[in-house]
Amino acid sequence: MGGVFHAAILFLVAAGLQLVFGVQKIFNLACGSCYALGAYTGISAVAFFTGHGGSPALFVIPLALGGLAAGLVGLVVERGLLRFVYDRDETFQLLLTFALVLMLEDLIRLTWGTAPATTGGLYLAYGQVRLLGAAVPVYNLIVIAASLAIALGMGFMLTRTAFGRIIRAAADNREMAEALGVDMRSVYARVFTLGTMLGTLGGALVIPATAAMSEMGIELIVEAFAVVVIGGLGSMRGAFLGALVVGVLRSMAISVYPELEMLLIYLIVIAVLLWRPRGLFGAPAA
Amino acid sequence: MRTAVVLGGVGAAVLLLPLVAPPYYAILMLPFMAYGVVLLGFNLLFGYTGLVSFGHALFIGVGAYTGAVLTTRLGVRHMELILPAAALAAAVVAAPVGALCVRYVKIYFGMLTLAFGMVFYTFLLKFYRLTGGDEGMRMLRPSLLGSEWTSFNKTAYLVGPYYYFSLAVLVLATVVMWRIVGSPFGLCLRTIRDNPLKAESLGVSVPRYRWSAFMISAVYAAVGGALLAPPTGNVDPTLAYWTHSGNVVFMVLLGGFASFFGPLVGAFAFIFLQDTVMSVVPYWRLIFGAVLAFIVIFAPGGLMGLFASRRAPVEAGRG
Repeated sequence: MGGVFHAAILFLVAAGLQLVFGVQKIFNLACGSCYALGAYTGISAVAFFTGHGGSPALFVIPLALGGLAAGLVGLVVERGLLRFVYDRDETFQLLLTFALVLMLEDLIRLTWGTAPATTGGLYLAYGQVRLLGAAVPVYNLIVIAASLAIALGMGFMLTRTAFGRIIRAAADNREMAEALGVDMRSVYARVFTLGTMLGTLGGALVIPATAAMSEMGIELIVEAFAVVVIGGLGSMRGAFLGALVVGVLRSMAISVYPELEMLLIYLIVIAVLLWRPRGLFGAPAA
Repeated sequence: MRTAVVLGGVGAAVLLLPLVAPPYYAILMLPFMAYGVVLLGFNLLFGYTGLVSFGHALFIGVGAYTGAVLTTRLGVRHMELILPAAALAAAVVAAPVGALCVRYVKIYFGMLTLAFGMVFYTFLLKFYRLTGGDEGMRMLRPSLLGSEWTSFNKTAYLVGPYYYFSLAVLVLATVVMWRIVGSPFGLCLRTIRDNPLKAESLGVSVPRYRWSAFMISAVYAAVGGALLAPPTGNVDPTLAYWTHSGNVVFMVLLGGFASFFGPLVGAFAFIFLQDTVMSVVPYWRLIFGAVLAFIVIFAPGGLMGLFASRRAPVEAGRG
């Protein structure tokens, strides 16, 4: 069950990564840093909320809002930096997101300090239930449900709404979409912000269960990277299934043979890249 | 002619530096020389062949750990043996890894190399009985030219024999690389970078050449990695972490990948800039991130690109 909780968080970050890659063809290394940023903002939001007499039972609301608000940094990044390199080689785009990784990590240190931060004892605020013979915190179930709801919502948005159709058109053929009158500037800005928000929300939601550290971002990005490679770059369904594979395999490996934990994941990544570079569930586009 | 004068001046300055400058700066030159070797090899792949590895730290790690294992576990202290052993270890690892990676280009090549780098990192971290886990291993002081230099304390050893030994390795590596990029082999690599289809139809075996470039760059990285360890006396898994690979790409870009000496300039600028910034504020990543963003957006030719009087257009052949 711990694996599924982890998968739910991973899905959010990976979905943001996929959305941005699918439309803008940029592999955003900074999505892990956004995840860390979301975690810290979430902690601050909860601390502010409870400090002003908010009921601890409602802590999820400021947590999620804090996470989403942190996602607005995506808009700043896209307008302020990324838009200058869209016509460059992808190496430069990748390096620009690496520059963001460096900057965000220190910005977090500068703002919140280097000591690990937590939300305090709120993790078990909703109690536990017994499920399949194990005690599972209710909070985990809430996050899993929220992640599922977001997955369904994303699916609905991509397939049924006008904006979703524009996103898919832009992912398939940018020039054609532009020729048909789509304002790519605004699509790119919105897509990147949305992608960042998914990452920051993931960071905020994970935080009651663990502690925030400034390195958490660069560690998570390699897992999210594994998810999108296994699932297939740019595919939303791939992000969902890839997250399940990585989350569950990791928690199984930890209980069976801990040395293998991440090694196993990377070996799968390499195998997938070699035999099916499109990913196990790779559809060509979002 | 101008190049010869500049080279001569730089060479004389580097030779005399330990005699005139405080030891602090001479010791700071050691990582520069080690990274210089790494980056020369890296740029054969990046600048000349057009492949960006995001897992090059793997081979730095291989080289550094080879040195640590040889000195602490096997009692081999001769640097003259450690460097070839590091090169050999890197070649053994790079042969299969390279054969798999060069089947892809662009982002897939980058991702595959990143994944291999992380496999090695996880191996170093988790199999602590072999590798010391996250604490890493000690790297004992290697002997140079058959002598232990026992009468030298650590600083005197580093700014004296070790400094000139590293310098000799860097000069040798530079000369060899200069010959490589000027050879028909080097020209073939550039053809592959600029137009792989054309190269293929001219009878150049593209995967084979890419693989060879990968092997050479891996060997360079391992030799540089082995040089990196003795000054700190310690090796740990972060040497193989993906952010370290990112820093390698950063250094090359900082100096300028389109120029032969760009990587060396980049390594020098990176090391001394990092030292300067860190002595003022602890947040060097913030400043370096901003510098990197600036280079990517405004000066993709790096420092050498700023100096060069727009000879070859930098963008030519990228992509």
